[in-house]
Amino acid sequence: MRRVVITGAGTINPLGQSVPQTLAAMREGRCGIGPLQFRDVERLAVKIGAQVQGYDPEAVFNRQQLALYDRFTQFALIAAREALALSGLEFTGALADRSGVVLGTSGGGLTTQDENYRAVYEEGKNRVHPFVVPKLMNNAAASHVSMEFNLRGPSFTVATACASSNHAMGQAFQMVRSGLCTAMVTGGTEAMLCFGGVKAWEGLRVMSKDACRPFSATRNGMVQGEGGGVFVFEDYEHAKARGAEILAEVLGFAMTSDAADIVMPSKQGAARAIAGALKDGGIAKERVGYINAHGTGTAANDKTECAAVADVFGRHADRLMISSTKSMHGHLIGGTGAVELLACIMALRDGVIAPTIGYEEPDPECALDVVPNEAREASVDVVLSNAFAFGGLNAVLALGRV
Amino acid sequence: MTMDVRRKVIEIIAEQAMLEPSDVTLESTPESLGIDSLGLVEAIFAIEEAFDISIPFNANDPTESDFDISSVASIVAGIEKLIAEQKG
Repeated sequence: MRRVVITGAGTINPLGQSVPQTLAAMREGRCGIGPLQFRDVERLAVKIGAQVQGYDPEAVFNRQQLALYDRFTQFALIAAREALALSGLEFTGALADRSGVVLGTSGGGLTTQDENYRAVYEEGKNRVHPFVVPKLMNNAAASHVSMEFNLRGPSFTVATACASSNHAMGQAFQMVRSGLCTAMVTGGTEAMLCFGGVKAWEGLRVMSKDACRPFSATRNGMVQGEGGGVFVFEDYEHAKARGAEILAEVLGFAMTSDAADIVMPSKQGAARAIAGALKDGGIAKERVGYINAHGTGTAANDKTECAAVADVFGRHADRLMISSTKSMHGHLIGGTGAVELLACIMALRDGVIAPTIGYEEPDPECALDVVPNEAREASVDVVLSNAFAFGGLNAVLALGRV
Repeated sequence: MTMDVRRKVIEIIAEQAMLEPSDVTLESTPESLGIDSLGLVEAIFAIEEAFDISIPFNANDPTESDFDISSVASIVAGIEKLIAEQKG
């Protein structure tokens, strides 16, 4: 088994259009949630979300590219460019053949679907753009990343709703660890903030109309976000040999299924995934200093997640920190675990724990140190990133310092 | 009007609970009928569609919503009020 390290990171999300911008926002506890701005928003009951601000696609991509790149693909490419530049890797020859892309997404090209359904159903048009299919397909982002960087090994897309990114990064981790690949570009991307995307979520009645307040007794639901995060996972020996800067080591990963309910989370399923990641990495639970929570701000998730953490860690649960950065960047659905991994890397490298903002009142059912409202300086050795999806599919990653 | 609303609401709730309308009384609670939170969201959607109204209901914390779902009687009363407000 090979050791796996992270040698590149990139992102575009509601908190920033690069890793440094995003980490600065997390340190400041800045909120990226605001009034949604897109066509027909006035017909929604939920009018807030975390949109990527100040981003002009035409400043980054040319017209031919934009004909093929849905917003979720644009996010993946922007994040991948930053990650690959940081890693310093060039994919040629055997390295290209032994490297691939695994990205998570839930909705894929949902904006493209929304626009084209509108054209044919609402506007009665009988002709759509020839590239609708290659633009909306869920694997479009992974494919375009493979094409731009000449990644010729295994590439695919993982769709497990809110756990997509963690499942994707878990696959990448296992592929490098097993020796199948030398490097993997991995993470996730999502762009669901369009009329149809939000309308569908609205129906479930779990969305907040004012703010995302994870773990706070006053929480009243989740808030959707958009964006992407991409990382380079690399064989440690390969990274060391070329003198690469190592951001963190991926120590362990586990996935479980609740096998219970399509939307209600299970404490047992979550706890088995957390315990599984520790076991996979051979990590003593006392070494875990920080958990980036799934922390959606719904009643169901937050109390189940806290109970699962308490179950796994016992007395140590009171000594570790757990925060939900969704309070700042919203729930990026299939892209969320990737952006949240940045908070994990910041905790390990910079000794800064991102806060749970919007925290107003303690909830006895979430009685853990949720790092309320203000970032905290702390030295941590091992961190976890939780993701628990609709459908009861759970994926937890463990990261450590090298 | 009132009888019609009551009959229709009971019909929808019975359908959701997979029971006969005669098995649903005004005193029944969603819990006693075996309707969980997701079932409640679905029943509320059906009621909104049937009466063309919008019901304020947050599945995160049903008891905090303005709409009282503690019994069939309270649901009927809430719907009558909303119909009067929204269709009156």
